[in-house]
Amino acid sequence: MLGYVARRVLLVIPTLLGVTIVTFVLTYVLPGNPALVKAGPLATPEHIAEMERRMGLDRPMTVQYWHYLRGLFHGDLGESQTTGRPVLEDLLQRVPATLELTLAALLVALAVGIPLGVVAAVRRDGWLDHASRLIGVGGVAMPTFWTGLLALYVFFYALGVAPPPLGRLGAGITPPPRFTGLLTVDALLSLQWRALASALHQLALPALVLGFSVMAPLTRMVRATMLEVLESDYVKAAWAAGLPRRTVVYGDALRNCMIPVVTLIGVVFGFLMAGNVVVESVFAWPGIGNYAVTAMMSKDSGPIQSFVLFVGVVYVFVNLVVDLAYGLVDPRIRLG
Amino acid sequence: MSLGAVVVILVVALSAAAAPVIMPYDPDEPDAEHALERPSLRHWMGTDLYGRDQLTRIVHAGRVDLLVALAATAIALSLGSVLGAISGYRGGWTDQLLMRAIDTIQAFPSFILAMGIAAALGNRLSNIVIAIAITHVPIYGRLVRGEMLRVREMEYAEAARTVGNRRRRIIFHHLLPNCLPPVVVQATLAMGFAILTVAALSYIGLGIRPPTSEWGAMTAEGAGYIVSGEWWVFLFPGTAIMATVLSFNLVGDALRDVLDPRMKGV
Amino acid sequence: MTPLLAVEDLTIHFDTEDGVVHAVDGAALAIGPGEVVGLVGESGSGKSVTALAILRLLRPPARVTSGRIRFDGRDLLALSEEEMRAVRGARISMVFQSPRTSLNPVLPVGRQIERLLVRHRGARPAEARAQAVAMLREAGLAEPERRARQYAHQLSGGMCQRVMVAMALATNPRLLIADEPTTGLDVSIAAQILDLLRDLGRRTGAAILLITHDLGVVARLCDRVVVMHAGQTVEWAPVRGLFHAPAHPYTRALIRSIPRVDRAVAMEPIAGVVPSLLAPPPGCRFASRCDLVRTQCAAGAPVRTVEAEHRVACVAVAGV
Repeated sequence: MLGYVARRVLLVIPTLLGVTIVTFVLTYVLPGNPALVKAGPLATPEHIAEMERRMGLDRPMTVQYWHYLRGLFHGDLGESQTTGRPVLEDLLQRVPATLELTLAALLVALAVGIPLGVVAAVRRDGWLDHASRLIGVGGVAMPTFWTGLLALYVFFYALGVAPPPLGRLGAGITPPPRFTGLLTVDALLSLQWRALASALHQLALPALVLGFSVMAPLTRMVRATMLEVLESDYVKAAWAAGLPRRTVVYGDALRNCMIPVVTLIGVVFGFLMAGNVVVESVFAWPGIGNYAVTAMMSKDSGPIQSFVLFVGVVYVFVNLVVDLAYGLVDPRIRLG
Repeated sequence: MSLGAVVVILVVALSAAAAPVIMPYDPDEPDAEHALERPSLRHWMGTDLYGRDQLTRIVHAGRVDLLVALAATAIALSLGSVLGAISGYRGGWTDQLLMRAIDTIQAFPSFILAMGIAAALGNRLSNIVIAIAITHVPIYGRLVRGEMLRVREMEYAEAARTVGNRRRRIIFHHLLPNCLPPVVVQATLAMGFAILTVAALSYIGLGIRPPTSEWGAMTAEGAGYIVSGEWWVFLFPGTAIMATVLSFNLVGDALRDVLDPRMKGV
Repeated sequence: MTPLLAVEDLTIHFDTEDGVVHAVDGAALAIGPGEVVGLVGESGSGKSVTALAILRLLRPPARVTSGRIRFDGRDLLALSEEEMRAVRGARISMVFQSPRTSLNPVLPVGRQIERLLVRHRGARPAEARAQAVAMLREAGLAEPERRARQYAHQLSGGMCQRVMVAMALATNPRLLIADEPTTGLDVSIAAQILDLLRDLGRRTGAAILLITHDLGVVARLCDRVVVMHAGQTVEWAPVRGLFHAPAHPYTRALIRSIPRVDRAVAMEPIAGVVPSLLAPPPGCRFASRCDLVRTQCAAGAPVRTVEAEHRVACVAVAGV
């Protein structure tokens, strides 16, 4: 186990380096001259050249990369022209919104997707199996932004049960005191029921849409794993030993099925982060995805690469946590 | 079921190719008198803000989406397969290096990386193709590498080596063709992802810019009208995306059942 | 003496895309208390299917179309699923072919024995733990307390099979069915496992139905043998009688085909191929490969007694 942990943690370093190299290349390749952008439209050619020198744009790439890396360590992700503030600050301010949405969607996906996959496998060819396969096949093909718009049309416009997509809290509701930045949690902790209700109301539709969009691949994978497990030798031996169905299916089989599912959560998280951008766009949710997209639409190109870097780094650590969790949960790795 | 899917794809592809000929309306010319009309016999899918016929625009947009997806998939497939084949066959440092590169691409959620590349390169069709192609290379790279590892130990490879074939010939002439069936399956499935990516990129403004009609961009245009109830503007382009992607997925699954049954459930 | 288990006229069909596979046709065998009976045949002869049928472990597309399986005074085929569950693992246990994969990878092996004791013998957790460790010790595992806390992947193949045997016998069943228990094991380990089965069987008084294609295993372990060919039981004999005076043409051919180390004799494979079970020939299914075939064979093979305890299903063999 220790070897596994050590190897896995060490792997993070080259991966993170790789991530920074990619974003460095993307930033470097950005259209336009960053010096030009910074110097302003009235700058003279000498002024621009001076700016270039100061920004180190005339140095070789490796040196620039080194400066870039150093900057990252100091938290310098550039500045946003639309907000006028450092990008890192902007991102950190908006991370709670994205986090809340992602966690809520993850909850939805796991709470519905996993049981659905399990039951679909256990009652193979039952109606639930066919329904889950339909959802699986259909859900994977639906563009998330379209699902979001569809949901808005049906639940907001037609049925009127969902609120207008104006943000995390309804109009006129005072935000709860900030403990975690997650409005639902903060409202709960401070017992502000109106704020809690409003936050949940606003969160519901985007979380359901995002959760649904990642549920399809999850359910498929859970079903496939469970089917495989149900055909395994040890399950057959368990039947032969006269153990009741409850123990064999929902004990032995399920436990073995859940272990590879842990690794699936890493993949699901990746889908969530990707879907986040689009869902935040559809529902005008004030998260980091929306921030990057909005900035880019105003020709402010800095934030988007920093956003990509941010997501890349988070994804690396999420995968690390998932792999470590897997090592803990699977006795074959835990005990070598 | 998959037969129906093939039919759908053919219909979409052919109508897209023949769009200028078969579509009665001009996709770009505004017709202010008939702005935002509901679906009717004259306009089966209604009209948009400028009075343009939606059905026409959707069929025309199909060309863009399909072309981009096809081009991106073709590039990713070729590049990925070659890299994977070399990596798998030669092993050692070449393998390590190429796999590290692929790992780096996969360290990002693929859509996020595509966003970054598209933002860096600019909103041109060719750049979108490149962006998607890059994020798809790992799929084929890993697949072909895996197949190559499996296949190079087999007897006919041994035979080819003993007869004295040059390495390059062995890789490309003998072994690669045997790695192809799962690649074909993946490519078909990846077409669906490619279309979804183009559409999503265009939706958030990173992809194809108007006036070029594209399904994602059209959906984005329609987003604003939900609050006023004009549902047809966003609904139909999105349905076109879904139907096309679904068809590719079904065909891909059917191909998988035929070509490589042991991949079932993957 | 009433047999412990009596399989009578068992017929099993498989519904496949290509048609009905007549996997087992009128099989019959009996096992006395404490006996070790070998069920021998080529792969595909229906021996595993018969064993699974005894424990009612067959699932669609397999179905038992006729027959009786008498055990403990009841017909197992007529029991409800719940009654059957009380039989499995408690009165009749089964040991399978691949020991490591037959153990749950995420439960300590001791736990897997304990829960059987809890369920089938109503043992309390502490008792169950002690009994499980004792059983592991009896099965020949050194340091049984430590092993009980380990997982399948930490044990060797031989150790896993000892665990399986311990698990099967922990609840003191009257019959242990062992389906090719030594396949995949090292030759020396295999011999140890066979000895273990025999010794524990004797000690607990459990009868053993040993399913195998290996006549050597049969010679080493069994009191009596039943020979199966293409889904039909063709000969029943004490082990010595089978090897010294095989009566059925198939058995004779089988024994002749064993390579001999002590004499320079040419290897004699059995002529012909096993008939297709999708459209099997009527009557005796060995007819097409038999050198004693005659027209009555198609009408069925009557069971004749050759000697005491030695019976054969063949028209061509003279009975007493």
